[in-house]
Amino acid sequence: MTSSMRISRLISRSLASASLLARGGGNGYLSRGLSKYSTASAALEEPIKPSIQVEHTQLLIGGKFVDAASGKTFPTLDPRTGEAIAHVAEGDSEDVDRAVVAARRAFDEGPWTKMTAYERQKILLRAADLIEKHNDELATLETWDNGKPYAQAAEIEVPMFVRLIRYYAGWADKIHGLTVPADGSYHVQTLHEPIGVAGQIIPWNFPLLMFAWKVGPALACGNTVVLKTAEQTPLSALYAARLFHEAGLPSGVLNVISGFGPTAGAAIASHMDVDKVAFTGSTDTGKIVLELAAKSNLKTVTLELGGKSPFIVCEDADVDQAVEAAHFALFFNQGQCCCAGSRTFVHENIYDEFVEKAKARALKRVVGDPFKGGIEQGPQIDSEQFEKILKYIRSGVESGATLETGGERLGDAGFYIKPTVFTNVQDNMLIAKDEIFGPVQSILKFKDLDEVIRRANNTRYGLAAGVFTKNIATANTLTRALRVGTVWVNCFDTFDAAIPFGGYKMSGQGREKGIYSLKNYLQVKAVVTPLENPAWL
Amino acid sequence: MASLSNGHSIDIKFTKLFINGQFVDSVSGKTFETIDPRTGDVIASVAEATKEDVDSAVQAARHAFDSGPWPRMSGAERGRILMKWADLIDQHTEEIAALDTMDAGKLFQYCKMEVPSVANMLRYYAGAADKIHGEVLKTAGKFHAYTLLEPIGVVGHIIPWNFPSTLFFNKVSPSLAAGCTMVVKPAEQTPLSALFYAHLAKLAGIPDGVLNVVPGFGKIAGSAVCSHMDIDKISFTGSTQTGREVMQAAAKSNLKQVSLELGGKSPIIIFDDADVDTASQLALIGILFNKGEVCVAGSRVFVQEGIYDEFEKKLVEKAKAWVVGDPFEPNVQQGPQVDKRQFEKILSYIEHGKREGATLLTGGKAIGNKGYYIEPTIFANVKEDMLIAKDEIFGPVMALSKFKTMEEAIERANNTTYGLAAGIVTKNIDIANTVSRSVRAGMIWVNCYFIFEHDIPFGGYKASGFGKDYGMEALHKYLQVKSVVTPIYNSPWH
Repeated sequence: MTSSMRISRLISRSLASASLLARGGGNGYLSRGLSKYSTASAALEEPIKPSIQVEHTQLLIGGKFVDAASGKTFPTLDPRTGEAIAHVAEGDSEDVDRAVVAARRAFDEGPWTKMTAYERQKILLRAADLIEKHNDELATLETWDNGKPYAQAAEIEVPMFVRLIRYYAGWADKIHGLTVPADGSYHVQTLHEPIGVAGQIIPWNFPLLMFAWKVGPALACGNTVVLKTAEQTPLSALYAARLFHEAGLPSGVLNVISGFGPTAGAAIASHMDVDKVAFTGSTDTGKIVLELAAKSNLKTVTLELGGKSPFIVCEDADVDQAVEAAHFALFFNQGQCCCAGSRTFVHENIYDEFVEKAKARALKRVVGDPFKGGIEQGPQIDSEQFEKILKYIRSGVESGATLETGGERLGDAGFYIKPTVFTNVQDNMLIAKDEIFGPVQSILKFKDLDEVIRRANNTRYGLAAGVFTKNIATANTLTRALRVGTVWVNCFDTFDAAIPFGGYKMSGQGREKGIYSLKNYLQVKAVVTPLENPAWL
Repeated sequence: MASLSNGHSIDIKFTKLFINGQFVDSVSGKTFETIDPRTGDVIASVAEATKEDVDSAVQAARHAFDSGPWPRMSGAERGRILMKWADLIDQHTEEIAALDTMDAGKLFQYCKMEVPSVANMLRYYAGAADKIHGEVLKTAGKFHAYTLLEPIGVVGHIIPWNFPSTLFFNKVSPSLAAGCTMVVKPAEQTPLSALFYAHLAKLAGIPDGVLNVVPGFGKIAGSAVCSHMDIDKISFTGSTQTGREVMQAAAKSNLKQVSLELGGKSPIIIFDDADVDTASQLALIGILFNKGEVCVAGSRVFVQEGIYDEFEKKLVEKAKAWVVGDPFEPNVQQGPQVDKRQFEKILSYIEHGKREGATLLTGGKAIGNKGYYIEPTIFANVKEDMLIAKDEIFGPVMALSKFKTMEEAIERANNTTYGLAAGIVTKNIDIANTVSRSVRAGMIWVNCYFIFEHDIPFGGYKASGFGKDYGMEALHKYLQVKSVVTPIYNSPWH
């Protein structure tokens, strides 16, 4: 099925279920025709009822769904309303212990680690097939729990999840060590061995994609996993993990713990029997994870943390394209992206035109129930984020930035915020320094290349950057000068299984995706033996 | 003693074959004359290798490979010797540069830069000698498998006359780093620097028999190398026609592995947004550098219609100001063609161009009545079916034409049997990206031309050859891959 067919099918289905909506035709996802909606009216509709039931709310340990040892549960909330979707077993350190024991046994005793890489690959490929088959259920859970537009989940994120698992499946039997030249008569090899039990802590903004970024390479390399999901979004991972087991993943290889950071997350990071921890989340929490790893067993750590990524629009850029890309770079996923282009630097000669168009584009952004077709922006994840974003907006106004549009909540239920654009933003303002993680675009003016390089790099973060220019020399200069892990030239948020992603500076350590991600889950063992009378060295 | 233009003279020290660490006469006692292309006079008589000499060189190389220390010392030790060789070359820059200038008619100023750059190339591969890694593999069964990268054995290198130093070292350096031994046949036009390098190799400590140099002719010595039953690999740089013969000889003898770096008819595509002054300079050097005797010469220049007229005007102005003369003179930009045969071939192509109806904008004649000098020559209104647009002329003759769209330029650039290199001049990142990927050639220069670096692999698509010189890719031409497989029992992981 082509993606356009799929989109129109999904949109018409969404519209059909939204019987209160009078709008017919429904084929205008992201089209300008939608601008006739005022953002306010779209959000005030009665929430659309999702088409599925929540099947899995327990912890997944040793291949079985089980209650928490304490018997405790926590509600996971629908960000459209703030009401509970389901009550989920709450994992704590005792549950983490059980999961680590299961993972340890699966690693030490097999069969997972002892089967050939080819067999592991087949299981991962079967899992990818099953996920593809259950695309719509997973996408529904994702939207329900997270608030992201359904079309985004169903057409982009779940297919990307499938793509990533297939990508890593292909790596499983291509993980090569080296034969190494020695100075003397020795035969030297390096073996790339799985590291052991990997603890993985993932955030709520892309629950399934972060699952794939972490679990994919860990399993391809032959590790076993204890995965802790975010307390805001536990549902899709439990469903996906079940499909991995249906595909033949042995018990104990992939354990999923729902729960909170300070309890379950901390238990993983400080566990003496977890060999590696990979964390995606805020920079402040990343520091805690690294500290716990240091204080416990010196487990190796991968961190993918916050950002305040510059999006630089040069004088020669196509302004219309740049406006659209800058808008997307910031507002995509409700602005809840670690790599969001949250500092939009615009050259002074095109600044006025850019601002006018960026504001117009933000005003057209369609905010509303993410299950509804044509919606571009759903609610923020929860009340805490919602309040934090509104606080940053107030700070922007107080510090003297010009609020061009937005700046307040939308409706009176759920966590919707109007697309917000600030101009005349100065580098020292809080909104230009802190990661807001919401739909708040800050536009800054610059004069020349050296200046914008200096200002773009003047941050503790270094996750990503966008560069808009037609000039090959400008592109080359900026690409090398920016101290960030990803530079998108004339594009943004272009993710692909093979493109590595990760941060410079306080945006993290290590790289995920691509060939580089394998390094996170492998140990290197050197094997040395003397050679007698070698024919060559 | 051979005389230079400034009244100085140079002593030609090495004119014999270099076999098994010794300078020796040829078995037949024959010699041939190497000619100064400035005058057509003889520089020196050089021992001429025939089949018997190639045999004894191969025997020395075989012995050095099968029983000698070179492949058996560590990569680090080989690297140190190569480093020492590079230092010795640096100490003789002027002397070697003069040999190449006299032998090939190359600019002395240029050769004085080329010689230190070959020393650096040697250092690049010296550093690679201890970084040759195989892989430890994943298998679908319960087996442990790994690969060993082993030196391929005795290598035959056949080198052309246009860059006697650079092309000697882009073959010899990676094969030595890999642990191979070799027989090098330099071109009959330019044997002198290769013999000098052999002398320095011995001083640096390269063991006898590892590097043998046998000056001589393609049909005799070259052919003996190509069909030798005890040479494991042949690496050839030269014309496409000779490349075919090399490959046939390899096929008919012992199926030795072959890599070929052959001819080209490389396009330079200049777009409307280019700076006309810079672009015309780049295109001019693209065809006139080294008198057009460059396999990657930008011999077809395509200019977009918006800037064409201005471009043509500037190009012709610059070509007329181009200084042709004695390559030892510091102000000279172009010396003589390498020999009489090339000289006459180029002039005949120029006549062809005129007859075919191309517009001769400038040049088109020989200069003076001594030596092999030719005027910088530019033809406009060149049609794709003309011989001067299809054949490799290997001289200072540019085929200039106009284009309208990028798609047209790509199609015409690719309309050739060759695929060695291409130049693109544009400020626009999208044009640069599209054309870079669309042109079927092994080297794409964007807003530059002739940029060779030790780390940048170089080699052709289509009839321009196969196998890469330079970079770590070149090292792998001289390595065999051996897979070693053994069962494993009770492995805790797989």
